[in-house]
Amino acid sequence: MAIHNILNNTGEWLRGEGPHHQIVVSSRVRLARNLKSFAFPGWAKKHERLQILEAIKPQVEALTEMNDAFSVYSQDLSALEKQVLVERHLISREHAAKGVGSAVVMNRRQTLSIMINEEDHLRMQAIRAGLQLKSVFKMIDKVDSALEERLDYAFHPKLGYLTACPTNVGTGMRASAMVHLPALVMSEQINQVIQAVNKIGLAVRGLYGEGTEALGNLFQVSNQTTLGEKEEDIIARLHKVIEQIIEHEQNARQMLLQKKPNTLLDHIGRGYGILRHAYSMNSKEALNLLSFMKLGIDLGFFPEGCRQPIDELFMETQPAHLQKGTQQKLAADERDSLRAEIIRAKLNEFPRPDVGLPPTSSAPDGNGSQN
Amino acid sequence: MHCDVCKTNQATVFLTQIVDGKMQKVNLCEACSKEKGVTDPTGFALADLLLGLGAAQEMERGGTVQKCPACGFSQADFKKTGRLGCATCYTTFADGLAALLKGMHKGTDHVGKVPARLAKSIEREVQLKTLQRDLKKAVASEDYESAATLRDQIRHLDVD
Ligand SMILES: [Zn+2]
Ligand SMILES: [Zn+2]
Repeated sequence: MAIHNILNNTGEWLRGEGPHHQIVVSSRVRLARNLKSFAFPGWAKKHERLQILEAIKPQVEALTEMNDAFSVYSQDLSALEKQVLVERHLISREHAAKGVGSAVVMNRRQTLSIMINEEDHLRMQAIRAGLQLKSVFKMIDKVDSALEERLDYAFHPKLGYLTACPTNVGTGMRASAMVHLPALVMSEQINQVIQAVNKIGLAVRGLYGEGTEALGNLFQVSNQTTLGEKEEDIIARLHKVIEQIIEHEQNARQMLLQKKPNTLLDHIGRGYGILRHAYSMNSKEALNLLSFMKLGIDLGFFPEGCRQPIDELFMETQPAHLQKGTQQKLAADERDSLRAEIIRAKLNEFPRPDVGLPPTSSAPDGNGSQN
Repeated sequence: MHCDVCKTNQATVFLTQIVDGKMQKVNLCEACSKEKGVTDPTGFALADLLLGLGAAQEMERGGTVQKCPACGFSQADFKKTGRLGCATCYTTFADGLAALLKGMHKGTDHVGKVPARLAKSIEREVQLKTLQRDLKKAVASEDYESAATLRDQIRHLDVD
């Protein structure tokens, strides 16, 4: 399979409709593994890294899951192509900086991606839409079990899977979910939620930016520790916390609808107006306004058919995705006009927000006539 | 407030994390937070960042070994990168790492997945140790009948 098959088709997790997909964008599990008798990639000499690569790559390509895979050496990808893969979460930023001696293999559906010689010899991840951490873990666990039959992993009876960084030792697993939390941000409850989640050893951070500065109101929740807890227990704990976060977000939305309907409608209405009529828009503004559109769809102000175009725009307005169409590097102001153009085209057929029938009509003063 | 990493820029990203009741704080500037991949949860752990900020010194106190015999990696290298050189480094620097891992993780022992192939050999090793201990006891108490059976069992394990 060629690179353009990957670049021109967004991954399944961007289109998919998983459980709780309104609030949980995606679930991701990554495993770090190393071979027993080689130095870790960061310490290995170039010839040794090449040896490792040639030992691992054929085994990864031979996986049944990698039937019709896209497999490429790092030096054969352009900087822009790598950046597109980073924006899609298929490779890490660190891996994008690698050249000779590294590679990535991913399946056609872009649900599975295996980096070779990143920080560890193997960094494998599975990603799917919605909240499905358990099935995502199963998927990557199966791949791992198949690979361990053919590769000699570095494993220590007491410390588990050995990794280049001691923060990953043990399970070598990092599980995370990307969540969209506009109401918790608007109602200024987000920092409380972050602190509560931190207290139980999980991390919350903005997908782009931190805390209330998180662009697009998108956050990642993940486990921080890898030693002393079973994979299934980590996943179950994370799953439970995400379910609680979903509930908090839903409560916050209901609260806004009841107590501050005008503020809420103003955000959504302005988002719609600006996105449809702007001629220049930076990525920060786009993410924030798209977030309000997404919320508007969740709340029924726009027809369900608007969901996919909006979800796609979150990705298509990222810098590398913008430039992959033009095949040339664009200056910041050129990117901003192109971004606005793409958004305008996509929203061209969108109806105006239907605030006549919002769920607020059930609230006594919810029709916005109190001033 | 200055950034903990470059110590020059104004810090704009504040991270707080509590792992088992231990509060850890890091303040970063925009550039350093980007460089450290703070926004990518799969590529970043706060503890990882702390490694570069002095936690690695904990390891130094632990051991006297200077270089890993397998890969030539030294404690100074760890201090610089926060990464180890190879799998054997975990044995080489075991004493120092023990303290480091304890402050970083939920537990000190792996309780998760074990590669199927190793699971068998690990199990066998445990069995072997138990049998050898029983054998010693049997010999010491001059219970030669049991000792003979145990010797047979040990021989069996070795052959498998
Ligand atoms: Zn800095
Ligand atoms: Zn070593």
